[in-house]
Amino acid sequence: MTASIAAPTRISPWVRLRGQLRNLAPLVTLVALIALFSATSPSFATLSNLSNVLQQVSITAIIAVGLTFVILCAEIDLSVASVANATGILVAFLTVQDASVNIPNLPLPGWLAIMGGLAGCLALGAVTAFGVTRIGIPSFIMTLAMLQIGNGICALLVRGQIAYSVPPVLLTLGSGSIGPVPWIVVVAGLTLLVGHLVLTYTRFGRYIYMVGGNREAAEHSGVGVKAVVGAALLISALCSGAAGMLGVAYFGSAQQNQFDNYLLDAISAVVVGGTSLFGGQGGIGNTIVGLLVLGVLNNGLDHVRMDSFLKILIRGLVLLLALVVNVYAQRLRAKYRSAGG
Amino acid sequence: MRTSLAGEPLLELSGIAKRFAGVLALSGVDFTLRAGEVHGLVGENGAGKSTLMKIIAGVHAEYEGEMRLDGRPVRFRNARDARDAGIGMVHQELSTVPELSVAENVLLGAQPTRMGVVSWRRMRAQARRQLDAFGIDVDPRAPVGSLPLGLQQMVELARVLLSGARIIILDEPTSALSPPEVERLFALLARLRETGRSTVFISHFLDDVLRVSDEVTVFRNGRRVEGARADAVDKAWLIERMVGAGHERLGESHAGEMRLADRPTAPVVMAAERLSVPGLFEDVSLSVYAGEVLGIYGFMGSGQLELARALAGKLPLDGGAVRVDGQAARLRGGTPAAKRAGIAFVPESRRAMLFAQEPVYRNISIAILERIGRVLLRPRAERRIAEGHVQSLGIRPAGVDRPVGQLSGGNQQKVALARWLTHLPRVLLLSEPTRGMDVGAKDDVVRIVRGLRDAGIGVVVVSSEPETVLSLADRILVMRRGAIAREFVGEPVSKDRLLAAA
Repeated sequence: MTASIAAPTRISPWVRLRGQLRNLAPLVTLVALIALFSATSPSFATLSNLSNVLQQVSITAIIAVGLTFVILCAEIDLSVASVANATGILVAFLTVQDASVNIPNLPLPGWLAIMGGLAGCLALGAVTAFGVTRIGIPSFIMTLAMLQIGNGICALLVRGQIAYSVPPVLLTLGSGSIGPVPWIVVVAGLTLLVGHLVLTYTRFGRYIYMVGGNREAAEHSGVGVKAVVGAALLISALCSGAAGMLGVAYFGSAQQNQFDNYLLDAISAVVVGGTSLFGGQGGIGNTIVGLLVLGVLNNGLDHVRMDSFLKILIRGLVLLLALVVNVYAQRLRAKYRSAGG
Repeated sequence: MRTSLAGEPLLELSGIAKRFAGVLALSGVDFTLRAGEVHGLVGENGAGKSTLMKIIAGVHAEYEGEMRLDGRPVRFRNARDARDAGIGMVHQELSTVPELSVAENVLLGAQPTRMGVVSWRRMRAQARRQLDAFGIDVDPRAPVGSLPLGLQQMVELARVLLSGARIIILDEPTSALSPPEVERLFALLARLRETGRSTVFISHFLDDVLRVSDEVTVFRNGRRVEGARADAVDKAWLIERMVGAGHERLGESHAGEMRLADRPTAPVVMAAERLSVPGLFEDVSLSVYAGEVLGIYGFMGSGQLELARALAGKLPLDGGAVRVDGQAARLRGGTPAAKRAGIAFVPESRRAMLFAQEPVYRNISIAILERIGRVLLRPRAERRIAEGHVQSLGIRPAGVDRPVGQLSGGNQQKVALARWLTHLPRVLLLSEPTRGMDVGAKDDVVRIVRGLRDAGIGVVVVSSEPETVLSLADRILVMRRGAIAREFVGEPVSKDRLLAAA
């Protein structure tokens, strides 16, 4: 999804192709996986299974949109799953629960509960942004602390219990469907679309790429680097919060630790898709491919009756492979760049 | 003046030549260092002084020619060989470990141990003795990073001495020191001479060299020009030989005189009052007039580069005020605030100002995106503006979509300048704008800068190369050790005069 590198003369197509390794490798992987599973399992390549795959990656997709902004800035957000969990639980906490659920909650009208959830995740994001841009804590450590803080908020709000009710709007968006299409897939698609439009067509989006590409140069151009990084972290928290609220409806319950897998999934999706861990390269298009690779892999391994304990290891290996390609692509890129002298 | 105890040649070099990637950096150099002398080495940047010293210190192992120590031929394969032979070098960039204590730094790699455990008591005592022996008064327990630069340098020197060095090479030791620190260093050098050690003293500060040296040798363009006893020559003699007046093309070397413009009558665009950043520059005041190019010249480490960074909002000021068109500029807000105030900055490092993997047009439009569209990008307008600049500045190759990292250095510099040409700032700060460029690209930059000046903005060029300032400036300030030492306005100026003032 990166803009095309237009017609540098005297650079062979082969070199140019290698320069596109970042974008091509994930696509080739996706096509290969689809071919593999279609050939080995008759139940894989069906319309209903496609719908399954999309549904399975939807929550991850919403988180991954925000994370793409952060990683493009050459930062990282390890608190996404924890913020999602805390926001989901906060919404449940602000909704009337069944008498059997024994938590001292604070029921509000549905729309206020949702507002409360959004305010909650933005507040967590604001703390992260403050820590990273004003105090100067590396985002890796700062968001690690926020991960723990988010978990702490979850623990305090549900106290080991499980809550079930969320406002009706969320219930529809999280677990309803329009015709054959689940609402959650529509929401995920819209989030991806908006993320893509912002990154590609707005001034802010350009700043994200420039800050990630060369922070020092962005500063020397008069770009408010701190504001851009802070905004990316806020967007990440907002996306995580939205995913958390919808996730509670999707799962049908709100409880501690229910999002734990999503941290690794979301980071994997962004990185497998080819967005550079060093910032400035990649985008939502890459993230979409990454999401599909992970979704197809997860889903396909079930169809071929893979040992579910082996699945975990396979996912780890795929992530490792993606990291190797990511770093290798960065190095090729540097070579290709200097090739023009 | 002083009677040198020196006599026997300790180190003799003959016919030394050194190439870097085929380019001759030194050729046919002979050099003799006697026991117990302080030998001053002077020459412009790139004259070959540091290269020669790095050969002596074993940093450069590949060279032609012969080196003799105590009359015996030697050839060092690395810095360790040289150190074992009694040669120690204190580099311009100190290699002390700021987090460790003075004692640890002095005894780095040679800590006294008891049964394999570092003995802190013995280490401190040993370091104390060592420092006392050279009259360096500093607490051995203090972290080196907490000391003023002068003392840090002393600590490094103490370490070199403790390693048993008989020959000590000091590369630009005084450039960043305050006057009392310089005095302390000179006292130490005198002590070293008494103990029969030899010192090589490289410096741009000719007064310092003449004061402290027994012998001086001048280098120019990779050759040894001439040597003399320090008390037999003066500053003018040194400068003449450094610059090579009369022997080279005048236009290139700026050895000839040129006359600067009179003080402008145009209004002041930027007034800076009593600016300070501790340790870098103190109490600097200056005015920049509309439609002039102000050159600020100084040796490396004199504070002019840092002054430009501070004016651009990159370095927090400790005191002072900056006004642009009479309005106070709030530089605490960093570069975005400086930009809002009308100050633009092009730093000396191209890596710090360009987005190598991004196309040329994005590198140009980055500074004016908010003027092209508040929220949405308008890539067509961006391209059109960039194409205009690429054409008028003669940027090669001519496309705007090529990643800027593929352009040559001179063309990259033009792209960086183009960034500020669409919506002119009030003040443009250029740090080392022509460093590392070929003649053609330099001429282009001169043309662009003159064009900006004629458009009525104030241009400030800071550099540690006299040629850069002389080829661009209408008025020149000379900085020395973090303060403005002299202003050249409406008078004849030449490279000699600049060097003499710095």
